[in-house]
Amino acid sequence: MTLVWLILIPLLGGAMSWQSGRWSSVAPRWLALLTLLIGLGLSLWLWLTQDFSLTGAGFAAAADSAPADAVPQWTLEYRAQWIPAIGASFHLGLDGLSILMIVLANLLGVLAVASAWRDTDADPGFFHLNLLWNLVGVIGVFLALDLLLFFFFWEMMLVPMYFLIALRGYNPPGGKSRQHAAVKFVIYTQASGLLLLVSILGLVFVHSQSTGLLSFDYHDLLDTPMEASVEWFLMLGFFIAFAVKMPMVPLHGWLPDAHASAPASGAADVAGLLLKTAAYGLLRFGIPLFPNASLEIAPVAMWMGVAGVVYGAVVAFSQADIKRLIAYTGISHMGFVLIGIYAGTEQALIGVVVQMIAHGLSAAALFILCGEIHERYGTRDMRQLGGLSTPMSNLPRLFMFFALATLGLPGLGNFVGEFLILSGAFSVAPLIAITASVGLILSVLYSLIMVQRTLHGPLRASTNNPSPSPVDLSWRELTIVVSLLILLVGLGLYPQPVIDTASASIHAFDALYAGGVSP
Amino acid sequence: MTHLLTFICLAPLMAFVVLSIAREHLSETVVALIGVGSIGVSAFLTMIIGYQFLADPVTGGVYSESLWTWMQVGSFAPTFTLKLDALSLVMLGVVTGVGFFIHLYASWYMRGDEGYARFFSYMNLFVASMLFLVLADDLLFLYFGWEGVGVCSYLLIGFWYKDPANGAAARKAFIVTRVGDTLMMVGLFILYREFGTLHIETILQAAPQAWITGNQTATFACLLLLGGAVGKSAQLPLQTWLPDAMAGPTPVSALIHAATMVTAGVYLIARFEPLYVLSPFALACVGTVGAITLLLAGFTALMQTDIKRILAYSTMSQIGYMFLAEGVGAFDGAMFHLVTHAFFKALLFLSAGSVILAMHHEQDIFRMGGLRTRLPFVFVCMLTGSLALVAFPFTAGYFSKDEILYQAYLSGHHGLWMAGLVGAFLTSLYSFRLIFVVFFGPERSHHTTDVHASPAPSTQSLSHHIPLAVLLVMSLLGGYIHLPLDGLFAEPVAMSADSLVIEYLPVVVSLAGIALAWMLFLRLPHLPAAMAANGLTGTIGRLWRNAWGFDALYGLLFVRPFVWLAQMNRNDILDQIIGVIPLGLRGLGSTLSLTQNGNLRGFAAVSAIGLCVLLGMVLFT
Repeated sequence: MTLVWLILIPLLGGAMSWQSGRWSSVAPRWLALLTLLIGLGLSLWLWLTQDFSLTGAGFAAAADSAPADAVPQWTLEYRAQWIPAIGASFHLGLDGLSILMIVLANLLGVLAVASAWRDTDADPGFFHLNLLWNLVGVIGVFLALDLLLFFFFWEMMLVPMYFLIALRGYNPPGGKSRQHAAVKFVIYTQASGLLLLVSILGLVFVHSQSTGLLSFDYHDLLDTPMEASVEWFLMLGFFIAFAVKMPMVPLHGWLPDAHASAPASGAADVAGLLLKTAAYGLLRFGIPLFPNASLEIAPVAMWMGVAGVVYGAVVAFSQADIKRLIAYTGISHMGFVLIGIYAGTEQALIGVVVQMIAHGLSAAALFILCGEIHERYGTRDMRQLGGLSTPMSNLPRLFMFFALATLGLPGLGNFVGEFLILSGAFSVAPLIAITASVGLILSVLYSLIMVQRTLHGPLRASTNNPSPSPVDLSWRELTIVVSLLILLVGLGLYPQPVIDTASASIHAFDALYAGGVSP
Repeated sequence: MTHLLTFICLAPLMAFVVLSIAREHLSETVVALIGVGSIGVSAFLTMIIGYQFLADPVTGGVYSESLWTWMQVGSFAPTFTLKLDALSLVMLGVVTGVGFFIHLYASWYMRGDEGYARFFSYMNLFVASMLFLVLADDLLFLYFGWEGVGVCSYLLIGFWYKDPANGAAARKAFIVTRVGDTLMMVGLFILYREFGTLHIETILQAAPQAWITGNQTATFACLLLLGGAVGKSAQLPLQTWLPDAMAGPTPVSALIHAATMVTAGVYLIARFEPLYVLSPFALACVGTVGAITLLLAGFTALMQTDIKRILAYSTMSQIGYMFLAEGVGAFDGAMFHLVTHAFFKALLFLSAGSVILAMHHEQDIFRMGGLRTRLPFVFVCMLTGSLALVAFPFTAGYFSKDEILYQAYLSGHHGLWMAGLVGAFLTSLYSFRLIFVVFFGPERSHHTTDVHASPAPSTQSLSHHIPLAVLLVMSLLGGYIHLPLDGLFAEPVAMSADSLVIEYLPVVVSLAGIALAWMLFLRLPHLPAAMAANGLTGTIGRLWRNAWGFDALYGLLFVRPFVWLAQMNRNDILDQIIGVIPLGLRGLGSTLSLTQNGNLRGFAAVSAIGLCVLLGMVLFT
């Protein structure tokens, strides 16, 4: 039942926050913050008290015996009737991978609310409703073990995000409007969602054909016997659906627009969470459901990852809008994740988990800082910024820190992720790992040019600078960003808690690749 | 020795944390106390541990302190373990010893700068990273320090961030070295795949069993590590960043870009000596890279006018000697030269710093002149440093450089030996060109270009004199230090006969260089100008001044195409292409909507045609 609470808390909190917006502009913020703190506390409590290293967790036990009749095990599981007629149930399961992602989601949620605290918003209730319900979808995706339920949550992330961008977003000067960005986001995700739905239905159909059992349950659908060509097509449906969300080049077009138009400070980091759901979807569903076809597509997928690493970095380098720049670095970083997922060695997969968390933290911090810059100078356009190091003290050095984290400085979380992914991939696909290493050089290029154009050089009196001497970060802002800094350093110097938590679930996927990838 | 190594690293690290948090709330004196004091503590502890290590050797010659396991994934478990052996002890001494005096000097040099605390926080972080680099017993931990020093170098080169030129120099340094670092990273992947670990000692012990001499994988691994080394140590072909790095404050140039960080490549290769011995080809590459770099840099230094750039090319050239030494198998010679070079090059840079401040931030040597009367102490320092640099008999540089050339000849590498000899001639020529132009001759008018120049800090300060005096003594007597490296490296094989000529030729060549410098720049000062005016010599001179055109070449090959590509693709061409789909759909929609025109005759016609087609299909199939 605890698992249901993980979903119910933000769901109820969102509704309450929305309604309280009718009579107060402060209450929604407090309610949302409180709700998310409870959610964060609950997920942390689960992380600390539950045992995620179960020897029988995931497929690990099966790896030793016969993988064919593997029954995944979960640290916590919840199952209730939903639509028995078609074999869909409300089935949730928690393992090491999902708890890490849920903690991350709750944490970023808290930070999003906190960093949007001073936003002058006409309707804070509605804003927080969308923020929280978006998180409901994200957390649901991380928990769902029924494919119909998974699809339900997958779609549930979409609508609140649309409203966040379309109604509360920001029109970048010279760029497309926020409505355009929102519609683009919806079309990309809906098209891929449709593909996902068709593939799910196809899989269920194939399964009921061969076994006579109509079920959407993850356990039932695993190891569905099917022809190679059918498996190939169904896998492709899942793969493309997740690739759009990831996003994989060239299906990434929605991301920079969505990020650039998302509300100034807070919600952008939540937008970053959506990317992690795609990687999670591949790890949880895309590969285990179609192991053979996934193995075949692995080299292609890894090369697509390399393309994302390089392409994202090159485009990031030439952006003028800081937020677009950070969005493109996200594409580059998720390229590493794609490589890691399909390399499939234990090291690479652990690297994927660390990389996702590290990128979640560092990109969130950069988005928040970027929001603070925007708040103070009225622009995010680096052609109008520069020399911010002079009037302020804390913001520039923190910005510098997270820029260094983005370029993969050892000692910070991103390095651990990238190193594990690349060294893990090198043992199965040396050429891919070497080509992807070019991304390490490119990441320096875009990070440093970003630092140069915002912090260094002579101080530019921006034309629409609202105040001549902008104030430095407040205590609230400082707390948010410094807590991210501490987490990133912790992840970089001692990632073991994360690794240990994830390793049982990772062994499961690792075992699927026992046959080996042939790039 | 309980936890001494940990404290040696912790002192600068803690100072960094304190200084970066409390930055502008501390007075300059407190900052100097923390910033310099922390390195002083490290240096003091190094003395203690060094004494213990030498007086009471531990079994196996290795003492280590494990901190914690960085990450453990399956069998891959790199640890944060500090390891002290003879080789790291040498580096430790240089980093903390020379580092302390440079910090002390910097506390004088940087006085009055608004970023005083920021400066020392970066400097302390640098020392901490450098200590990690030399004490690491795992390659990944070494890489941790390796990148750390790179970032500090970036931060300090661009320390005066208001000038975009400094930012560009800093970025260039970081990016170029990162190219090398990435090669090194691939080397790490290979070593990990081959040995299942990145623990240095394990790799070095397993390698001779796994690989026979000349093994291809060994060669790849060595060449990739060499890639990292040439990046950090500013050797061909990744040497272009070092002269630009002189944009940083002068103590930074002394510490990072002369004494410590740039020699990290030499240290890396020495550390992996057992691996390089397995690959004669890689070792030959090391030597050749060193020889070519020392020549190219030597010629370039001849034509520079900026005092710091002369010293930068000189550093590049001297590190070339160290690579050359490693290439011929004279690893102790390389380490010896690394140590003595740290002394005299730090001395030269710090003296240059004093000159620059006295001249109100003027760096062009042709706007100086006759300074020996105005700055007598600095003159003595600069002269001593230069004498050590040109390997004048019985100075520190004499012993180390002589050994390198001697070993190069003995081991039968006569080509490398010749290159070293020509390099020695160039060294004395450019060094004494600097001495004669700056300190002798007429005092040239120096109308300061910088109107806002602050009055130069008084040179009458202990924190100015002590570092110079100590480094002066070390540059004179440093050659008598006996490094505890006996038996650490394989002895180079003697191939050629020894002779007195070989031993004394370098000295003769150096003296000839000094004489020629005296001729050209004091006796016949119109001659260089005449040569510059001449077509042929003028062209060669311009080529040398522009460092053989590497910057232009790389700009043409890499920088401009990349920037062009990025600018062209600013609007994300792939996104635009996908954006064609909705446009196409809209076009299709509007085309189709043309049919919905309410024209009854049209509808009837289309229906009739459709019917005919259908009927036809039914009938004829």
